[in-house]
Amino acid sequence: MEKTILEVENLRIRYGGAPTDAVRGVSFTLGRERLGIVGESGSGKSTVGRALLRLLPGATITADRLRFAELDLPSLSEKEMLKVRGRRMSMILQDPKFSLNPIRRVGDQVAETYLRHFRCSKAEARDKALAMLEAVKIRDSKRVYDQYPHEISGGMGQRVMIAMMLLADPDLVIADEPTSALDVTVRLQVLNILDGLVRDRGIGLIMISHDLNLVRNFCDRVLIMYAGRIVETLAAADLDKAKHPYTRGLLAAQPRIGGGRAPLAVLDRRPEWLEEIA
Amino acid sequence: MSVSVECRDLAITFGTGPTAAKVLPGVTFSVQPGECFGLVGESGSGKSTVLRCVSMLTDIWTGDILIGGKPVRDMPLIKRCRMLQMVFQDPYGSLHPRQSVRTVLNEPLVIHKLGDREERMRKAITDVGLPISFLDRFPHQLSGGQRQRVAIARALILEPSLLLLDEPTSALDVSVQAEILNLLQRLREERGFTYIMVTHDLAVVDHMCDRFAVMLHGEITEVLPREAIPGNRATHPYARELIGASLEYEGAH
Repeated sequence: MEKTILEVENLRIRYGGAPTDAVRGVSFTLGRERLGIVGESGSGKSTVGRALLRLLPGATITADRLRFAELDLPSLSEKEMLKVRGRRMSMILQDPKFSLNPIRRVGDQVAETYLRHFRCSKAEARDKALAMLEAVKIRDSKRVYDQYPHEISGGMGQRVMIAMMLLADPDLVIADEPTSALDVTVRLQVLNILDGLVRDRGIGLIMISHDLNLVRNFCDRVLIMYAGRIVETLAAADLDKAKHPYTRGLLAAQPRIGGGRAPLAVLDRRPEWLEEIA
Repeated sequence: MSVSVECRDLAITFGTGPTAAKVLPGVTFSVQPGECFGLVGESGSGKSTVLRCVSMLTDIWTGDILIGGKPVRDMPLIKRCRMLQMVFQDPYGSLHPRQSVRTVLNEPLVIHKLGDREERMRKAITDVGLPISFLDRFPHQLSGGQRQRVAIARALILEPSLLLLDEPTSALDVSVQAEILNLLQRLREERGFTYIMVTHDLAVVDHMCDRFAVMLHGEITEVLPREAIPGNRATHPYARELIGASLEYEGAH
């Protein structure tokens, strides 16, 4: 159970042409668990996820250590990386509107994952894709299979993408705001599906989100990022006991059901948060 | 000045005869003057469409929409724009990337032939808590929260009575959402605006709205007071499910 899937040590990422690093010395390890990375937009949380899949052309990525299972990620060639991406490590992206190919049927896009990584017939891939669409609670999956992205709702698009990314049964799934486009009723279902997969198949999950409720309920551990650094690491259950003023500020800024109607607390950003390391 | 909104049998139908598709089968609700009324429901349930109908951005509907007792359909465009304004979901998409804040705010003033433009622009930008120097910035020089403030300033500059808020904070971080919600709350207290707010976040509804309607497949299943959320006192099964899921998601109960 406690086998390490991913080891990251002192990860630094600088975008091409940028004067400073977007991610500054991030270290963490991931076992067969659900790890949440929270922070505001611009904190570098998505950048970390993309760097793991090497999806940052033009950016300089350095790390003392960056291991995925038995692989040393920085030393892999692009050709070897193609066998990792989508097969052993996949990423559920933020916005289905921009992440699905607008001129291909959604079902074919899902089946492509299977066709690409496994030797199989097209009919077989289609069956796999249909089963996966059903697993993400798409009613009438045969009809949806033949639809184009503009014909389905944003929520359904996100479920299609989750189906696509889980079809190859990867070891590590990086979910970048996987449910921010979904309704709260559907969101729980989808998160429960993800949760089921992580538990049943021993998949490691990195959940990148700005939603504290989400990581509280669906992660084991949480990293809180601010301005490219990890400011605090907590067990998800202990989120309310957070010590760092930034984490506490984020928690206080959130409206709560049954809360008072007093103006919400607004984050008072301190310059020293930029430099300290948890 | 506060206005009421009355929406009766609002319906949109595409096509005729047996193949006609009803998008909104018939929506009826009323909003008191100065009230914050929430519209919640799953995506595709017609929440935003209702706002687009009220604002006449979509005008193929049937039924009646009365704002301050007057039918919105009969209101001349110029008058309608001074009566109601809309704030959209995505501050990255709703501001022209090549227009400065000044241009954005000036245009409605020119169209409506209002004087004291500089003064009005300064007031609008100050009202939303931005420094006056921001008038000369372009959208790419602003953060998401600042852009949404500009979008709100644009809605305020014609001094409307009714603000239609289409998920005004769902694209923003919680910390920034708090600032925008506080701003909207303050403006309502100061000016007596009537708000119709579309959102999918019941915590935001609980914080902002007095009453809210739960929509499903274009229909309003139930109109509830905010007090119904914490104990899930909804009667319609879908409304119960929605509130239940939100409570579960918050992990509060």
